[in-house]
Amino acid sequence: MAIEVRAAPPPLTGPPRAAAGPAPRRRRRGFTRWWHGGGPAAVLFAVPVVLVFAYFSWGPIVRGLVMSVQSSGTAAPAEFVGVENFSYVLTDPLLPTAVGNTFYFALLALLFGFPVPLFLAVFFAELRRRRWLFTVLAYLPVVVPPVVAILLWKVFYTPSADGLFNAALGVVGLGPYPWLNSPTMAMPAIVLAATWASAGSAVIIYLAALSGVRAELYEAAELDGAGIWQRVRHVTIPQLRGVILVMLLLQLIGTMQVFTEPFLFTGGGPQHATLTILLMIYNYAFVDGDYGAATALSLLLSVVLAVLSATYQLATRRWSPER
Amino acid sequence: MSVQPAPPPLPVPTLPRGRRRRTAEPVERSVISAADRRRPSVRVVLVGVQALILVGLLVAGLGPLLWLFKASISTSQDILRHPFAFWPSGVQWGNLATAWERGRIGFYLRNTAVVALGSWVANLFVSVTAAYVLSVLRPKWGPLLSGAILVTLFIPSVVSLVPLYLTVLDLPLVGGSLLNTYWAVWLPAAANAFNVLVIKRFFDALPAELFEAARIDGAGPVRILVSIVLPLSRPILAVVSLLTVIASWKDFLWPLLVLQRPDLQPLSVALPQLTRTAELNVQMAGLFLALLVPVLLFLLFQRQFLSGVGMSGGVKG
Repeated sequence: MAIEVRAAPPPLTGPPRAAAGPAPRRRRRGFTRWWHGGGPAAVLFAVPVVLVFAYFSWGPIVRGLVMSVQSSGTAAPAEFVGVENFSYVLTDPLLPTAVGNTFYFALLALLFGFPVPLFLAVFFAELRRRRWLFTVLAYLPVVVPPVVAILLWKVFYTPSADGLFNAALGVVGLGPYPWLNSPTMAMPAIVLAATWASAGSAVIIYLAALSGVRAELYEAAELDGAGIWQRVRHVTIPQLRGVILVMLLLQLIGTMQVFTEPFLFTGGGPQHATLTILLMIYNYAFVDGDYGAATALSLLLSVVLAVLSATYQLATRRWSPER
Repeated sequence: MSVQPAPPPLPVPTLPRGRRRRTAEPVERSVISAADRRRPSVRVVLVGVQALILVGLLVAGLGPLLWLFKASISTSQDILRHPFAFWPSGVQWGNLATAWERGRIGFYLRNTAVVALGSWVANLFVSVTAAYVLSVLRPKWGPLLSGAILVTLFIPSVVSLVPLYLTVLDLPLVGGSLLNTYWAVWLPAAANAFNVLVIKRFFDALPAELFEAARIDGAGPVRILVSIVLPLSRPILAVVSLLTVIASWKDFLWPLLVLQRPDLQPLSVALPQLTRTAELNVQMAGLFLALLVPVLLFLLFQRQFLSGVGMSGGVKG
């Protein structure tokens, strides 16, 4: 902005008082100009963000990198152990289970949670009256705090014949099912609850994107004789491709880090059927006290996630050039 | 990648607007045109699907919450034996009082509010000052700082979970521990690159002539921020505030790790303990009370909630 264009370049390193050098006079003039041009104000205003990020963002990231190659004895000082933590984690017999479960969770979350919000949003966009009622109803589960939702669904999944779901399915002669107690059903049950809790926000995001689809496209399609369904298929969906990709990536990034649901629903059981990667990291660090293994596994997961989020950044940039 | 100074136009109409149907058709057409809507077959299908979806949404969206309400004033026997009974055999309002007293719901709600408000203040303070430096003051080293903040967006929070915990346990350089203090939740929440960048982009789009004029009139940097930048930025600050408060209200893992003393814990951390000890109907009453505040807030501020979510593009930290 125009204000600072005239300001002299502020010294990049060290406090301004240390600017005593071979040409004190010139330095001094530069310093005064920097001072009057608002330099100290910028430094002052940057203090909170630099401190907070140094302590709680940049610092821990670097520390995580260092810790992953160190032994994690809390008694003895940490020593460099090379790739030992990584080989320990990679040979952990539970790791394939956890990775498999995490991908299974992600896959189920896509199957359960991807088509329905898209369909609802396309339909809501057609509503001329009472759209607010539909959106509020669809968003209501999202406002329920996750812990409340999980504890409530746990009651729904009561395995006895009188449990809510078992009673409902019993009417049509199915069940009773063991739900969370069965290694095969536990994961789908958790994903169903998680989908219920998150589908509403996807609806709202699609709805916002739908309002950006230009009406001329529909008019042109209509003039060309496209029916309603064809307009949805050949105009709406292609126009939403960018948002769909972004939502896909966001959902993947989110589901790869799923923790609260398996932690509170099943604690990773039964028979490790719902053990996710993040749950494993938690167990390494806060149950076994093995910080080295925990950070090593975090790092491995982060590499995958960083690729996904870089793709996400690129996708959003392409998706909204006008933003 | 620049945002218009005005609040980004987000036509997520969430409130009924009178005679929309008659007037809005030419402006706001979508897949189904006005001509389609006059065809009886289309109309019948549309009304049918609409009714079906409404019923589905009522069952899936409102149903569990109503069921929870019913369960919270029922006997435990009723919840277990007749989950689908429309009306409980005896209404026990006492459950709610018991949960409030024995489960100390009010106390934990206060903790949740303290956590959320503190995170909100810390977050806004850090994000606004940072965005102000990067966008308005623009020092020489601005791009360096901005790049360092941007980079953290690409690094998932998982990588720093354990080291962050250790940092809180024993602060480097200054020493001391934040464990079992609210600072342990507030300060890490303030290191939010997304918020800094969103606010910065908004500041970028404010007219620079205003700052120039204020400077000529003798306003210092603080004055420009308080009297010019902040009043113009109310829309973006509202959205960021809402997202921050919601995120900290919902957070579970981090407060579980750093607030180990029960009298500091927010409701989300304390609730699982309650459900381990109390009777089923008291549990349900506790859950219902925990649900009440966010749901009421949502119903009051639906418009802001929905446009905020639409705008965030679903960015979840």
